[in-house]
Formats: sequence, C-alpha cells, structure tokens
Amino acid sequence: MRLKIKRIKEVMGFNTLRLCMLVVVMILAVIFYDIFSKGAGIISWEFLTKPPVDGMTKGGIFPAILGTFFVTAITAILAVPLGMGCAIYLNEYARDNGLTRFIRLSIRNLSGVPSIVYGLFGVTLFVDMCHFGTSILSAGATLGLMTLPLTITASEEALKTVPRSYREGALALGATKWQSIRTNVLPFAIPGILTGTILGLSRAAGETAPILFTGAAFFLPDIPNSIFSQFMALPYHLYIMSTQHHNISLVRPIAYGTALVLIALVFLMNLVAVIIRYRLRKRGMAHG
Amino acid sequence: MNRKNKEKLIEMFFLFNGILVILILVGIFLLLLKNALPAFKEVSLQHFLTKPIWNPDAYEQPTYGLLPMLVSSLMVTVGSLVVAVPLGIGTAAYLSDVASPRVREIAKPLVEILAGIPSVVVGFLGIVLLGPVISRLTGTYNGLNALNGSILLAVMALPTIISLSEDALGSVPRAYEEASLALGANKWETVIKVKVPAAASGILAACMLGMGRAIGETMTVLMATGNAAEFPRSFLGPVKTMTSTIAIELGEVAYYTTHFHMLFAVGLILFLITFVVNLCADIIFHKHTRVQA
Repeated sequence: MRLKIKRIKEVMGFNTLRLCMLVVVMILAVIFYDIFSKGAGIISWEFLTKPPVDGMTKGGIFPAILGTFFVTAITAILAVPLGMGCAIYLNEYARDNGLTRFIRLSIRNLSGVPSIVYGLFGVTLFVDMCHFGTSILSAGATLGLMTLPLTITASEEALKTVPRSYREGALALGATKWQSIRTNVLPFAIPGILTGTILGLSRAAGETAPILFTGAAFFLPDIPNSIFSQFMALPYHLYIMSTQHHNISLVRPIAYGTALVLIALVFLMNLVAVIIRYRLRKRGMAHG
Repeated sequence: MNRKNKEKLIEMFFLFNGILVILILVGIFLLLLKNALPAFKEVSLQHFLTKPIWNPDAYEQPTYGLLPMLVSSLMVTVGSLVVAVPLGIGTAAYLSDVASPRVREIAKPLVEILAGIPSVVVGFLGIVLLGPVISRLTGTYNGLNALNGSILLAVMALPTIISLSEDALGSVPRAYEEASLALGANKWETVIKVKVPAAASGILAACMLGMGRAIGETMTVLMATGNAAEFPRSFLGPVKTMTSTIAIELGEVAYYTTHFHMLFAVGLILFLITFVVNLCADIIFHKHTRVQA
C-alpha cells in the first residue's frame, strides 16, 4: 500500500513538471501563432520596400528595416573588436589575480545593467559629452556597450575550445605569444566567436529602450544619409505603432507586420549563428 | 629586444582592453551620479525618498517622490516571480531529470528562442493579446495593469531561470542521486528531496538573476501596465515603474532641468538595485560552486 502511494506521488510529481514544460512551450506557441497569423497577411514586397505614407497609416516599413540594419552595423563595429580583445586578454594573457577577478565581476555586472540605464549612459556620454547628437552613431555605440558582455563571454568560450597543444606547438617552434595566438589560436576560434557575436547582435537589433533617446525617430521622410542622422528602427516603430500613433486600431495590422518582420530578422540572425556552429562542429569532427 | 618590446606592447593593448570593461561599469555609475546630483540642489534627498507622489509637472510645487514607482517596480517584479519561479524551476527539473534526451534536444532550443524574443514584441502582445483577456476576466477597462505586466515579465524572466536552474541541477554530483536511489528512494523523491536541495543555491542565484532582469525590464512594462502616475493600490490598477517613468519622461523633458536630473537619480537607484541583486546572485553562485569543487 505504501509503495503504491509512493508510486502515485511519483507519477503525479513528474506530470506536474511535465505540465510546467508544456506551459512554457504553450507560451512560445501562442506568441508565434498570434504574430504569424495576424502579421503574415500584410507582408508584401511593397510593405518591405516602401516608406510609410499618409501619416503612417499606409505604406511599408523600409526605413525602419534600413535603420535597424545601420545601427546593428555600428554595434558590431564597436562590440566585436572590443569583445574579442577583452576575451583574448582574459583567456590568453590574464593571470588568476585580483585584477582578473575584478574584470570578470565587472562583465557579469554589466550584463545585468538594465537596458534603460544603458540608454541614460548613452545620452550622457555619446549624445551630450561626445557631441554625437541623437544619431545612428550614438545609438549604435550605446547598443555596442550593452552587447559587450555577451560578445566577451562568447569569444572566451570559443578561445577555450582551442586545445592547449596548438599554442604550445607554435611556442615550441620559437613563435612569440602573439604570433601563436594570431596564427594558431584565432583562426580556430573565429567561427565560434562569430556564432556568439551574431547571437549578441540579434539581441541588440531587437532592443528598444537604449535607442529611445539616443537617435530613434518617430518618422523620417528620408532615409538617413550619414551616421550622424537620426533613424527609424523596427523595434521603435513597433512601439510607436502600438502605443503612440493617433489612430492605433487603424494601424494595428502594420504593427503586427512590423512585429513579424522584427521576429523574423532576429531568428534569421539566430539561424545563421546556429548554421555556423553546426558547420564548425562538423569540421571539428573531421579534424579530430 | 625589438621583438620583446613589440610583444610587451601587444600585451599592454589587450590588458587595456580588459580594463576597459571595468571603466565602462565605473563610468556608468559616475555619469549617472554626475547627472543625478544637480537634482538635489533644489530637492532634498529626503523629499526624493519619502514623498509618496511623483508629479514633476505640478503647477505650484512639483514633487519628486520615488516611492510610487519604486513600489510599482517591486509589485510587478514580485508578481512576475510568483509565476516564473515555480514554473521555471519545474521546467528545469523536467528538462534535467524527466525528459528523454530527444525531448531535451528539442526543448532546450525552444527556451533559447523564448529568450530571443525582443521585449517590445512581448509588450505588444501584452496590449493586443493579454490585455483583452484580463479585461474580460476582471472587468477592468483595458487590462493594462500590474497583473498584465507581471505575467509578461514572468515570460521575460523564465528563460534565465530555466537555463541557469537546469545548469545547477545538472552540476549536482551523480553520486548523490545514486546514493538516494540505492537507499530505496524513487526518482521523484530523489529529485525533490536530494537534487533540488543540493542545487538550491544555484537555483536561488538563477531566480535572483531572473529578478534582476524583471526589475530592469523597460519596454514590456512601459507598454502593458497603463502608466498611471498615482500611488499603486492593487494588481488590477495601472502602475508606472521606474523604468517606464524614465522611458516616458526623458523624451519630453528639457535638458538640465531639475526634472531631467531627477530622472537620472531614478536611473541611479535602478542601477544600484540591479547591481546589488546581481552581486548577491554572484556571491551565492560562487559559494555554490566552491562547495561542489
């Protein structure tokens, strides 16, 4: 009898856990179903390639797509080299001392700083003190700093997977430390670094709070012509279309379309990252 | 000699690159402080911390009370944890101890995908999907309230809690599990009475990081909680969190006014709260790993 009760408890317990998982999967399914079913209808070539017209009640979202692309490019230019550099220091040069531990602590804390606080930081440092104004450059730089912890962590993970013997081989042949890193470590770590970086950039591309005051614009008649221009961005456009527009119910389909394009963009980037990782693994198997 | 100098220079370059991270963190703090301090020339710190009203546009005497938005932020954060902690730990336990390897292969990327959904999209769904449901169930006007925000924040915090809790459960030594099973406990008892307690500090750290994410999250609460300036009274009423206040008002305020500086003071408080929460998570987490090793 007692055994039976124990068994019933076990089955019930496991089913409760299974239910938790199902709820999480359901949340994801509902999100995707809603966005796809209501957003797919408005997607057309025109929607993707034309600017908004008639007070943003008609037309497409091309400037927002372009703006997000530009800002993400600036983010990458800033975050990738700095992230790699920091990871190279931590994994190749740093000794296990107080400074190194402090750097690691800072990275973990930076990744927990709220995105709106990065926005405040960006306003102060880039818009105001550096006189970049509200621009693609300010917004991209702000997002770049926000992405830094992710790119550092990803780059370090990638560097760690390169076997010690690669470095030792180069050093034994008389190469300097930097030569060994450049020729025998980095080439093997690059795909992994790329994967992590693209994942980080996909987060940056979907962020809204840091660009609210650093350069994103409600509506611009022309596409930006320099990195000092303001810009429209997909996530900000979605925010505008769902809360700030003068006729919210009329533009709801456009908001859904924007949400769909944004999600598609983020997952396209994720997919590219996953494919790189997959090819890397296959190559790794062929070698090893 | 030349070669050696060059090597030294390269190492210095990377060292500087590492130190840059510290500079950014310190820089964020100092710049927030620099822009927050001028606010207290006109408004006392006591006013900021104790006044129950935030009304910077008042005609006669503007008030800058932190309390309404601090309480709002805490409400939605606690609300989100009530949903996300049990759900997240349950899912993590399922993934680590119940699921077959094949289910795990599919489910883990799904959790990653959930983490990748931009917060503005989640906020949008709070307006168009969750809002109407809450409105119908509770009879409130548009369903944009603290309850809505809490549920959305739970969705945002879930991936963090799930993946870190699962890591914690996975790092419990196999010997614990085997000993428990050998003593006659079944798998369920082993999970609940041995593995979860053994991973407790890791799970706690995971929940704290999830909490850090929830309290700092901006777009979802900005879009889905109604943003009324009054003091929050219930989960069915609109609230205006610290993050929403900054997001709404910094766009409208004139630079270098008391109001402008006050928003940085709010940002500074937000920074300090998340800093402490993350630091605590870090300490708990490292204690945990040291015991394991």
